[in-house]
Formats: sequence, C-alpha cells, structure tokens
Amino acid sequence: MAVATTSAKVKWGLLDAVVVVFALIPVLWIASLSFKTPATLTDGNFIPREWTFENYKLIFQTDQFVRALINSIGIALISTLIAVVLGTMAAYAISRLDFPGKQLLVGVSLLIAMFPQVSLVSPLFNIERNTGLFDTWPGLILPYITFALPLAIYTLSAFFKQIPWDLEKAAKMDGATQGEAFRKVIAPLAAPGVFTTAILVFIFCWNDFLFAISLTSTERSRTVPVALSFFTGASQFEDPTGAISAAAVVITIPIILFVLFFQKRIVAGLTSGAVKG
Amino acid sequence: MADIVLDKVTKKYPDGTTAVHEVDLEIADGEFIILVGPSGCGKSTTLNMIAGLEDISSGELRIGGQRVNEKQPKDRDIAMVFQSYALYPNMTVGENMAFPLRLAKMDKALIKQKVDEAARVLELTEYLDRKPANLSGGQRQRVAMGRAIVRSPKAFLMDEPLSNLDAKLRVQMRTQVSRLQKQLNTTTVYVTHDQTEAMTLGDRVVVMRGGYIQQLGDPQTLYDNPVNLFVAGFIGSPSMNFLAATVEESVLRTPLGDLPLGDRMRSALSGADAPRELIVGIRPEHFEDAALIEEHQRAKGFEFTMPVDLVESMGSDKYVYFTVEGERAAAADLEDLTADAGGADLPPQDNLVTRLSAESRVRDGVDARVWMNLDKIHLFDPRNGHNITLHEGKAAGVSAA
Ligand SMILES: Nc1ncnc2c1ncn2[C@@H]1O[C@H](COP(=O)(O)OP(=O)(O)OP(=O)(O)O)[C@@H](O)[C@H]1O
Ligand SMILES: [Mg+2]
Repeated sequence: MAVATTSAKVKWGLLDAVVVVFALIPVLWIASLSFKTPATLTDGNFIPREWTFENYKLIFQTDQFVRALINSIGIALISTLIAVVLGTMAAYAISRLDFPGKQLLVGVSLLIAMFPQVSLVSPLFNIERNTGLFDTWPGLILPYITFALPLAIYTLSAFFKQIPWDLEKAAKMDGATQGEAFRKVIAPLAAPGVFTTAILVFIFCWNDFLFAISLTSTERSRTVPVALSFFTGASQFEDPTGAISAAAVVITIPIILFVLFFQKRIVAGLTSGAVKG
Repeated sequence: MADIVLDKVTKKYPDGTTAVHEVDLEIADGEFIILVGPSGCGKSTTLNMIAGLEDISSGELRIGGQRVNEKQPKDRDIAMVFQSYALYPNMTVGENMAFPLRLAKMDKALIKQKVDEAARVLELTEYLDRKPANLSGGQRQRVAMGRAIVRSPKAFLMDEPLSNLDAKLRVQMRTQVSRLQKQLNTTTVYVTHDQTEAMTLGDRVVVMRGGYIQQLGDPQTLYDNPVNLFVAGFIGSPSMNFLAATVEESVLRTPLGDLPLGDRMRSALSGADAPRELIVGIRPEHFEDAALIEEHQRAKGFEFTMPVDLVESMGSDKYVYFTVEGERAAAADLEDLTADAGGADLPPQDNLVTRLSAESRVRDGVDARVWMNLDKIHLFDPRNGHNITLHEGKAAGVSAA
C-alpha cells in the first residue's frame, strides 16, 4: 500500500470526523437526555447541568421494561441463530451445487425480501390469532426468520462464491470426509461471512417495530421498541422523554456488544493466498 | 505404492458431454506418466476420476489390483497437487502440510517429524510458520507438493502444477519435481498441456485429444514415430512442417519438388484405396545447408533451392524460415492443432521452418540450397490423419526400400 502523505491524511481525517459527528450527534443527544432531570430536560444544553441516574433506575424498576428486554434478546438471538444456520446451508447449496429450480429459489427469496412488510401485517395478524401464535415468541420468530433468510442467503452465498472450490477437493484428497471438509476448511473461511450475516440479521430483528407492535399484545412477548412506545411518565402529566432516552441507550448496548464481539472475527481477505492471486 | 489400471474408463457428464471415451491405460508401480493434450481434451477429467473427485460413468479403475470405482477419495490413499495449489489460507505452511496427517489421526510427535522432513526436502523449513498469503508462487507450489508427500501415498496426481509459475521458475521446478519423483519412486500421473514438460518429465507420455488416447509411449517414440498428424504436430518444438503432396507414378509431387519413392512406399501407395493426396511431414532438424552435407549422405536426401525469409541464429544452430508456394496441407487434425496454439508452437501453414548448423552461411533474402533427409519424412493420409510410413510402429522415410 502506498504511504499516505500528510495532507492526504489530514483530508481523510477531516472527512472521517464529519461522518462520525454526523452519525453520533443524535445518539449522544439521547444519551445526554437520559442523564437529565425532568426539570432540565428541555433546557437545550448538550451537557446536562444536573446529572441524574433517576431515569435508569426508573426503567429497571418497571417490570415491563425488563420483561421486554428479555423478550427482545431471546427472540432476536433465536431468530438469528435459525436464520444463519438455514441460510448457511441454503447459500452453500446455491453456490456449490447445480440442482433444478436453483434460479427459481434465488428469485423467490429475492421476491420475499422485496415484499412490503406492511401489506403482510393484517393477514399475519389473522393467521396468528387463529393458530394461537399471536403474542408468543414463536409468533415473532417465524416472521423474522422469513424476512431475514433472503438477506442471509444473499450475503452468505456471496461469501461462499469467493471460496475456491479446489480447497474442498484438496481437503477430500487429504483424507477428509465431506463433513470434515466443510467443518475444517470451508467453515473457517466462511466465518467472516457468517458473522457479518449474523450481525445484520440480529440488528434487523432487534430493531423491528412493525411486526412487534402488530403481533403482540402483552408483556409476554412484547419487545423493547414496542415497550418504549408504551412508556408513560410517573404521572399523566409527566413527560416520559427521560425514561425513553434511558431505555434507548440501554437497548443500543447489546447491539454494540454484539458487533464488537463479532467484528474481531471479520477479517477481510481471509482467503488470500489459497490460490495464485 | 501401487499400479493404476484404467479399464475402458468413460466419463459422461450429466449434460451429455462425453469427456473421456473408453480409456485403457496401465500405469506401472513407480512410473511417472504424463497426460498431455490441448485444452478440453479430458486430461483433468481423467485425473479427477482416478482421484475419485468425479464419478466413473463406465469401466473400471483399479489401484494396486483393487477395484476402487466406488471408493471415496479419502479411502483411495492418493495425494493430489492442484493447478491452483489450493492451500488452506487460514493455516500456516506447517499446518497445511500436517493437515492430511492430522486427519489420519497420527501421533503429534510423528506428525512434526514428518512435516519437518518434508519441509527439509522442499527447502521450506524457514517458512513453516508463515501463512500461504505471504509466500511467493514458487514457495506456494512447494507447499502444495509438501502436503502431498508427507503422508507417503500410493500415488501422486498433479494437474498442471507448474502452469501458474513464470517460465524460469517453471524450468527449475520441473527439475525438482522430476528429482523428487525419482527419489520417492511413487507412481505419478501428471497432467500438462505443455509438450516440453511432457517430453522432459515422463517415463511415458499419453497424448489425448477429444477424450481419446491418440498415442502412448516414451517421449522418444512419440517424437520419432507419431501415429498420426495430431501427435506429429503436437510433439516437438518448433513443430513438424506439413506440406501438401500428390502421388504421381513413382514420385511424390510436393511444393519443394518431386521426391523419389522407395519400393516399400510405392507398394504401400499402390493399393486400390490408397490416397492420391498426402501430407508430408518433416521436422526442422532434418534439413541441412546443402553446402555442409558430405558426399555419401547427399544421395539419401533431396535438395532444393529457395529464397530465405528469415534467419534466426540461436548460437548453437540457425532457424531458417522459408515461404512455401502452392496448396496448403489441409486435414481435420491440423485444424485442431491450430485451434490449440497453447500446446504446440505451430508455424503458419505456408511457413517452412528448418534448423541448420550454425556454420551455415545462408542469409536473409538470398536463395539457399537446402538438403532434406528423405529417411526422416513421414507421410500422412489427410482423410484420417494416419501415418502411413509407420511399419510395425517404426517410421521409415519415403526412400526406404
Ligand atoms: N462439469 C462438467 N459438465 C459438463 N462438461 C464438462 C464438465 N467439466 C468438464 N467438461 C467438459 O469435458 C471436457 C474435458 O474437460 P477437462 O477439464 O477434462 O479438460 P482438460 O483436458 O483438463 O483441459 P484444460 O487443459 O483446459 O484443463 C471439456 O470439453 C469440458 O467442456
Ligand atoms: Mg484441466
């Protein structure tokens, strides 16, 4: 790689700073709101004049938030796990095998991804009411998987296509069974793709509001984005902004942790050197 | 170690392409055999069937006397070196070489010993902890070889292992492969489309075309006694010259002049279905500057005078090019050869390439008197490409009695 000149470094640095500030200001603003007392909430100061943890205490005291957090984590993790496992298998088949109807399968999965979700809400509502899935974990996990799978299949098959097929043949010649070849050679190379997909799917499930509000009715399966919208202040006249902000900060943390945890494993160019490059 | 026998082995792909037609091949224990041919002739397919990476459509494959058609690659105990090297990028050089041994659940200490040994032979010891991404092409190639030799398999299969290297490195590695094979004395099947590699490496060479074996033999036999136009044109660099010719009474009329026919050729050409049109094939080194020919040799040959197009002096000898007027030699085999320029350095059809001694005084643009050895001429039937000068596998020129 060419050594960057100082002026180029400065230019890129400035550009990066602008992007980061642009992206982070709303987040920081919410964080700031969450530390303000109700009285100073609307004073427009970026740095709170009076710091308080009241908002955080409040949300963790309310049963509904804690319950919603558990629902969110559970539902998002299970959906991600299933979507990634199924997606990996489907993507592997699509990129490695020639079977009749392959193009059709890819087309249909693309179609699902493009389908406006809003139009499915009422039919899903009716179906789930009739099948008893309404307001349960599976009632949310199933539609999440449906919409996350095309995404997973797409990202993963792009990753699989990058892995030279010769590696799998080489593993077989070296004495591996089909399973061992996949586990010991292909899977480690596909790992960055799997983690990337996992992050995308997890964020999709975690942030969903539409299905969550339509297909739940009680704390049994209500997720955090929905619970937030039901927040009220201590009294009717009190503004719940502080509490909502605190909750928003809390639910961002798992995503950050999730991304940081997997990011280490997303090493670009993992396949370089396998073949003459 | 084992012998490999292909018994009428055929490969038919699901889309209906028959890539390999009833190939019969017996590879002796410890033999180094080369599959050579133009692109798409079924070399890789044949190799992959031996490896077990492709199913065999019909016929039988025996390794060490045992039928292995139904065996998985891992149960055949064969190692393969791929054209792309196919190194595992997430493992170090050492781990790459240890991989087959680890799969075989070998003892850790023994693995280390074997890997160190292979690394020493291939001069890779100092790179054992590097990732393949940080190696040069030649080093990667050696790692691929190392991964094959660590577990002392029954046979090695190599699919164009050197074709990704630059010309100089290829020559170096060629010697190394050859030495390694002699040293290990393991049955080796080596695929290439480079006829030089085929000629220099193998104990025996199999020339393939369109899924059929054209000829099988040691390099010198293929060179001296090609059974057809295709083999004649494919083997040798620069390749054999081909000229159109017609049989007239007792002479052979060619663009270079009328060649006398010996008794045997005349009787061979007198049959009812004997071709009137022929293709004459002669290799560049069977020409000589007429001024340098000794008297007693002169009678064995034929002399002609032609203007020189170009002289390329190689130091050890001179390549002299002429333009041949008149009809071109035409046959299906020759079209196949021209279509695949990768294998043979086929000259343009109206070009005559000769290799004369360095002492020759011929110059560009000046008429030269050239002698041609009639004993070394091949005659081919353009209808099927067969070499009709072959007699019990041995070639005899047109003048031979
Ligand atoms: N999976 C496949 N399906 C259908 N036809 C195939 C398949 N693989 C190869 N072929 C065909 O079989 C023939 C032989 O292919 P093969 O790969 O053995 O050629 P090759 O001699 O190794 O050529 P190259 O020197 O280019 O590697 C070709 O005509 C090719 O198009
Ligand atoms: Mg090939």
